Formats: sequence, structure tokens, C-alpha cells
Amino acid sequence: MSMTALDGDSDKKAAKPGAAVISFSPRPRSMFDSFVARLAPNARRVALNVVPPLVTFLILLLIWQLAFGRAGSTLPPPSKVWSEARDLITDPFFVAGPQDIGLGWRVLTSLQRVAEGFGLAAIVGVLTGALIGQSVWAMRGLDPIFQVLRTVPPLAWLPIALAAFRDSQPSAIFVIFITSIWPIIINTAVGIRNIPQDYRNVARVLQLNQVEFFFKIMAPSAAPYIFTGLRIGVGLSWLAIVAAEMLTGGVGIGFFIWDAWNSSRLSDIVVALAYIGVVGFLLDKIVAGFGGLVTRGASPT
Amino acid sequence: MSAYLKLDHIDKSFSRGAQTTEVLRDVNLVIENGEYVSIIGHSGCGKSTLLNLIAGLSTVTNGGVLLEDREVNSPGPERAVVFQNHSLLPWLTVYENVALAVNKVFSGKKTRAERHAWIMHNLELVQMAHASDKRPSEISGGMKQRVGIARALAMQPKILLLDEPFGALDALTRAHLQDSIMQIHAQLGNTMIMITHDVDEAVLLSDRIVMMTNGPAATIGEVLPVRLPRPRKRLELVTDRAYIAAREAVLKFLYERHRLVEAA
Ligand SMILES: Nc1ncnc2c1ncn2[C@@H]1O[C@H](COP(=O)(O)OP(=O)(O)OP(=O)(O)O)[C@@H](O)[C@H]1O
Ligand SMILES: [Mg+2]
Repeated sequence: MSMTALDGDSDKKAAKPGAAVISFSPRPRSMFDSFVARLAPNARRVALNVVPPLVTFLILLLIWQLAFGRAGSTLPPPSKVWSEARDLITDPFFVAGPQDIGLGWRVLTSLQRVAEGFGLAAIVGVLTGALIGQSVWAMRGLDPIFQVLRTVPPLAWLPIALAAFRDSQPSAIFVIFITSIWPIIINTAVGIRNIPQDYRNVARVLQLNQVEFFFKIMAPSAAPYIFTGLRIGVGLSWLAIVAAEMLTGGVGIGFFIWDAWNSSRLSDIVVALAYIGVVGFLLDKIVAGFGGLVTRGASPT
Repeated sequence: MSAYLKLDHIDKSFSRGAQTTEVLRDVNLVIENGEYVSIIGHSGCGKSTLLNLIAGLSTVTNGGVLLEDREVNSPGPERAVVFQNHSLLPWLTVYENVALAVNKVFSGKKTRAERHAWIMHNLELVQMAHASDKRPSEISGGMKQRVGIARALAMQPKILLLDEPFGALDALTRAHLQDSIMQIHAQLGNTMIMITHDVDEAVLLSDRIVMMTNGPAATIGEVLPVRLPRPRKRLELVTDRAYIAAREAVLKFLYERHRLVEAA
């Protein structure tokens, strides 16, 4: 406040036909003020969300450095990772040779496999879940079987897949498919079962047919459940792809880790782990965000 | 007067496995076109069950529901229901909720523009046109109930079935909606059947009050005609002889002769 008054005074002295200048001067200032006022809470929020993780991260790096910084330690400290694998960290998309490419490319290859396997699981899972959810008997009969199959670890499927497909590429995709489909089926079926009787009654009074019922009532009502299933599914897919690629080879991020282990490039492995973590986190956020968008307002009140 | 809706010796029992509960026994009632009938009775006696039978949402064990001499055994838009808890679809806006009904019922009979006009007309009828783009979660309980009424009215039903439409609302909102319903009834002349717990509401709105005995095997205990001229004004009625007498009759039925015996 006092600042404004002071500036106004100096304006008056500087420019002779002062009246006009004074009447103008408060305006840009108040605009600036409101801009700052609007920016401030945002900046505050960003700071609140970014600073604590950043500080924690730096502290963890420091502890790590202290723990493994001595000569002869079994794992590389951050400083060594940085010096040995700087190209991998700073440039995800370099191409230096057929087997010497940035981790960004490898992640993309893995993501493509995930997209195929998980996409297929999503379609088949939702349709199967919708069918099963319609019938009490199908639910009772199949649910225990799914609950058992659900717990089979991804890699246990791999030999079966390799025997069936006799090729590593479809096998990897199959492993993703079979790992991620169960939560999708189960959650969709539960979502369909949980459609409130009220909504079914509305549909019956309106005499909606099967197709109308599916699109107007069933899908939107079960959407929150379906997206819960998809979210679990995409997480499992990402778990499965790394494991599967370790064994099937190729260009993916999983094979990269295996390869780095065989040639004792521990720093590279550390960087790859960070990539995997970040991508898995983003996948989860993307599916969750998409689900939030689609099911906006769909939760009953 | 011809029978518009006829409930003919209706029995209804639910069975689960070997166990059978008889909820309604020998319910008989004739309702005329344009009549406003309230059903009152203690909680759990079978009012909703009876309304669901008329709606066709469940089927009678014995007897029959006849609408214009034709038997009713499945639900349909000519018997629109205003559900106890509004039952709006939360992922649709107010407009879309009504549109779902209108587009289904009038798909071949009205043009797009006519359907839009009809949707807005019904929203205006319940004074909800201003909130047409809101979702159910963004409006109050009374507003939701009004949209539920608009959705039912928009189907242009022969009979409007209301299951405790104002049960969950505060007294002021309730009074407001009762006035709206009276206006709509005067304007459209629909046949309306309403379940209620509220004696004043029943007397204020109805041409006849159907009083049900306590379950199990509940039936109609008494039917009280309410001979009050319309339009009715709630303030003037407070001191009206006929109003007080009707109110007393219902209260006596409910609390003297058919007192709810708590199953301990
Ligand atoms: N689907 C069903 N299966 C078994 N019993 C039922 C079923 N529906 C209702 N009943 C029984 O029928 C009786 C009447 O239920 P109803 O819902 O019609 O009561 P109501 O008069 O509407 O009560 P309220 O005023 O509390 O809404 C209750 O004892 C209830 O347990
Ligand atoms: Mg009820």
C-alpha cells in the first residue's frame, strides 16, 4: 500500500502533466498485483508438492553415497552411476549402434508389447466380465477358478506360452495378457453385479432393450469397477513384461537388465530400474486419470 | 364411472427356498381415471410391494392388476414410477436423465426438436429448467426428487406411481413439492397413486386415502374419501372441519385400531 503511494508520488514529480499519469499508474500495478496474487497460491502448491519429495530424494542419494562410496563396495554409489552411465541418464533416445540405443527406445519397445497384451486383455476381460456378471451361476462357477489362476506368477506361464507359440515375441505378449486379464474380468463382473436395482428398475420401466441397457446403464454404472480392474491390470502387465523380456530377449528394457547383468554393468541396471519405476508410475497415473475422466460424476450420491 | 385401474383379489408372497412370506392377501381396489389416491400404512406392511405390482416390476402370486381391462404383468412407460430415492442416473445431467426417457418413449413419434421442447417443458413444469446441465450430485435432494418427477411425467404416463416421493425431504421443501404436485395434477389430470407415511400429506393431496392393515398378509383396511374442494390451500385447510375430520379418521385407523405392534 505505502509502496503504491510512494510510486504515485514519484510519477507525479517525474511527469509534468501529472494528473493523467497518476490516473493511469494504479491500473497496471493492480493488474500486476492480482497476477502475483493468483500466481502465489499456485506456486505455493507446486512448492508443497515438489520440494518434500525432492529433499527426500537428495537425502536418500546422500545415504546411498555414504553407504557404498567406499572402495570395494559391492554396489555402485550414485557418483559412480553418474560417471559410468551418464549417456543413458541424459539422453534416452540416442542411437549409437544396433544394440547400443537409449533406454527410451527400449522402454518404447516394451510398452508396445504391453499395449498389445494389455489391450487384448482389456477387451477380452471386460466382455467376459460383463457376461459372467450377468449370471449368478457363471459367477459362482468361475470365480473360484479365476481366483486361483490370478495368483499364478507371470513367469510360470512362460514355458507354457513358449511351448504353445514356439516363438518368444507372441509368448511375451501372451504372458502379459494372461497376467493382467484376471483382475479385469473379476472387477468388471463385480461391477455388473453391483448395478443398483434402482437403475435396473428405471431400465425396465423404460423398456430398454439389451443393447441400450449395456450402453446406457451397465457400462457407465460399472465403469468405476472396470477402471479399478484396468489399473491393477496395467500394473501387473508392467511387472510381467520386465520378467518375460529377461528370458525371451529382444530389445526391451527387461532384456537390457539381463544383458547388463551378464556383462556386469551394474550402473546401467540402476538407471534401468529408475526408468522402469517412472514408467510404471506414469502408466498407473494415465489409466487412473483416464478412468477419472470417463467416470466423472458416475459415483452415486 | 368405469374402472380405470383394477386390483382384483391380489395376493403376493415371497418365497426363498422352503420359506414363504405372505405380504399381501386379497387386495381389492378400483381407481378411476384422473383420481389421486394415497396409500398409507405402517412401515413394512407392503405398500412398496403393492406399488411394484401395479408398476409391473414384480408379479402377483394370485389375482390380477387390470389397466383399462387389460392385464398388467410387466413394466412399461404408461405406468411411470417416481422412486423413493429419486433413482436418477448419476453419470447423466438433469437434461440427459429426462432425455433418456423421452427419447425412448417418443423415438418414432416426435422429431428431435419436438423432443427437446418436451424435455424442457417438463423440466419447467417442476421448475428445474435452470439446472438442466447439472449432474445429480450437484443439486439438492428436493431438486433431485423434482427431476425424478419430471422424468416420470415426461413419459406421459396413464398412471403416475409415487413411492414416498417426499419422504427424505425437510418440511419446507416437502410443502413446496406438494404444492407443485397439486398444480401438476390439476393441470394434467393424470391418475396418481402415492405412497406416504404422512397423514397431512395424504389428506391434503388425495381424493381417496387407502389405509392398509399391518403385515404379514396385509390388506386394505379402509378407504377414506376426502371431499375437499380443489384447489386446496394448506393454510385455509388447517381450520377446515372436513379436513380435521379426515385427518382424525386416518390417525385413528393408524394409531388406535392398527397400531404397529413391535416384533420384539
Ligand atoms: N423381494 C422380497 N423378498 C422377500 N420379502 C420381501 C421382498 N420385498 C419385500 N419383502 C417383505 O415384504 C414386506 C413389505 O415390504 P414393503 O417394502 O412393501 O414395505 P413398505 O410398506 O413399503 O414399507 P416402508 O414404508 O418401510 O417402505 C416386508 O416385510 C418385507 O420384508
Ligand atoms: Mg416402501
